[in-house]
Amino acid sequence: MDISKLSLVELRAMLRRGEISSVAATEAMLDRIVDVDNDLQSYLTLTDELALEQAQAADTRLANGDSTPLLGVPVAVKDIICTEGVPTTAGSKILEGFVPPYDAFVVQKLKAAGAVILGKTNTDEFAMGSSTENSAYVTTRNPWDHERVPGGSSGGSAAAVAAGLAYAALGTDTGGSVRQPASFCGIAGLRPTYGRISRWGVIAFASTLDQVGTFGRTVADTTALFQAIAGHDPNDSTSLNVPVPNFEAALTGDIKGLRVGVPKEYFIEGIDAEVETAVRRAIAKLEELGAEIVEISLPHTSYALPVYYLIAPAEASANLARYDGIRFGPRVTGSDMIDSVKKTRALFGPEVKRRIMLGTYALSAGYYDEYYGRALKVRTLLKQDFLNAFEKVDVIATPTSPTTAFKIGENVDDPLAMYLQDIFTLSVNLSASCGLSVPCGFDSKGLPIGLQLIGNALQEATILNAAYAYEQFASWHKQLPVHGKL
Amino acid sequence: MSLTLADVEKIANLARLELTEAEKKQYLEQLSAILHYAERLNELDLTDIPPTSHAIAQQNIMRPDVAEPSLPMEDLLHNAPQQKENQFVVQAVLDDGGSA
Repeated sequence: MDISKLSLVELRAMLRRGEISSVAATEAMLDRIVDVDNDLQSYLTLTDELALEQAQAADTRLANGDSTPLLGVPVAVKDIICTEGVPTTAGSKILEGFVPPYDAFVVQKLKAAGAVILGKTNTDEFAMGSSTENSAYVTTRNPWDHERVPGGSSGGSAAAVAAGLAYAALGTDTGGSVRQPASFCGIAGLRPTYGRISRWGVIAFASTLDQVGTFGRTVADTTALFQAIAGHDPNDSTSLNVPVPNFEAALTGDIKGLRVGVPKEYFIEGIDAEVETAVRRAIAKLEELGAEIVEISLPHTSYALPVYYLIAPAEASANLARYDGIRFGPRVTGSDMIDSVKKTRALFGPEVKRRIMLGTYALSAGYYDEYYGRALKVRTLLKQDFLNAFEKVDVIATPTSPTTAFKIGENVDDPLAMYLQDIFTLSVNLSASCGLSVPCGFDSKGLPIGLQLIGNALQEATILNAAYAYEQFASWHKQLPVHGKL
Repeated sequence: MSLTLADVEKIANLARLELTEAEKKQYLEQLSAILHYAERLNELDLTDIPPTSHAIAQQNIMRPDVAEPSLPMEDLLHNAPQQKENQFVVQAVLDDGGSA
């Protein structure tokens, strides 16, 4: 048996039955990381010693009949989420050497659930990007084709899970940064509703759009990790104080009568023909499984991208003002205080500087109404589109990304082309809906294609169950990438 | 709209970013293109449309006014590039004459 090929849910059951130890599973992951990750570059920091300690502690507890939700399960955490005593860089030189003095709420939850944390995964700098090429440290490769990107910004987490270097992983999704890499890497990725998961200790990019999300090789694995970290946190005033349903129990596979909306604005010119075919075929499968397919319209879809690229940089420019080289991170000393701050902030990479500049402009006196103010109003229209749609349907089905994984370097010189990668995902963030990506086939190059399912706020159980039903039927998740060669 | 080099320099100063001449030229071009793209929002009639400034509207989330333990000072200063006597050390921000 190849331990690394087990799903999280299978591993968890075997751990509980005493058929395998957490130390064995953790060692299997660490060995595989040594074999594969020099090429793949999915991890920025390995916490192997800590992981083995956590695994030993888990085995002791398992032997005593303890069974917290993720007891003994090795997982990975995106390096934009703070981990006490473990470097956290957000993929940026401006946080080089930063060691958080506390765990993010979601990491506290992981530890309370008994998970083993293998390490921190690569990310586009401050989660700004769609390919993980904006990391200041390494370029992560797609496990299905090492010349291609894994997607982003949570590309390290997605690649690690797809390649069997973690049983599940945390990411963050501000405009599609969980769903798009899940699609590119052929795994399941969930972006829950804003407020479902605490953002406390998650390094901020755009505070009205950021949300922690989860990756798994299967929908059930993704759900198990989500279940463990969902819930209210008094330290995050935007986290919702609402009951957390039993999402795992909601995975029945029964979707008879489910109303699935197909928005005509998402099947547009520019979408890859093979992507469209695979997604339409997946929608037909949902119908075979008993869903009712309804054509719908989200009329303001074409405005989502400009709205997002005004609001997100505006929020980022405010959030990133804190990086001044005074309280943490490196400092570059200049002629005076202001000069030092400016020189220190020159450590930001090109995409982060671009967005800070854009956001600063959109918020500046004389342009606020014209850009930021206008974007906030169009956000209202976008949100209304979704609320209207969810009066008629339970789930909206679309492609996750207009293309499959592109080549490393292909889009780096054209920010707008890169931004277009997120065209199908960012409305979910703007409208405060929830969304996921689930594999729905491969193109002729052997690259994975993702189906996006969108639900109304707090309806994660509905989209997870729809994805689960589809996955049981389609079984794309049983195909694994081949590694070890470049 | 098209930006000028002076606009780029003004924004960089507001954002406290030191840019190279090459970066200024590049951002001039790229930001102008992105802002031009964003102008498609002008097509919409937004009369009487309220802005959405929050993902999910909530107001005045309060907690009981009870003191809770905070992190130890040394943990919080641990990441500082320069520190002394439990404080962050920075360059002087006041004039030498002390007139401020």
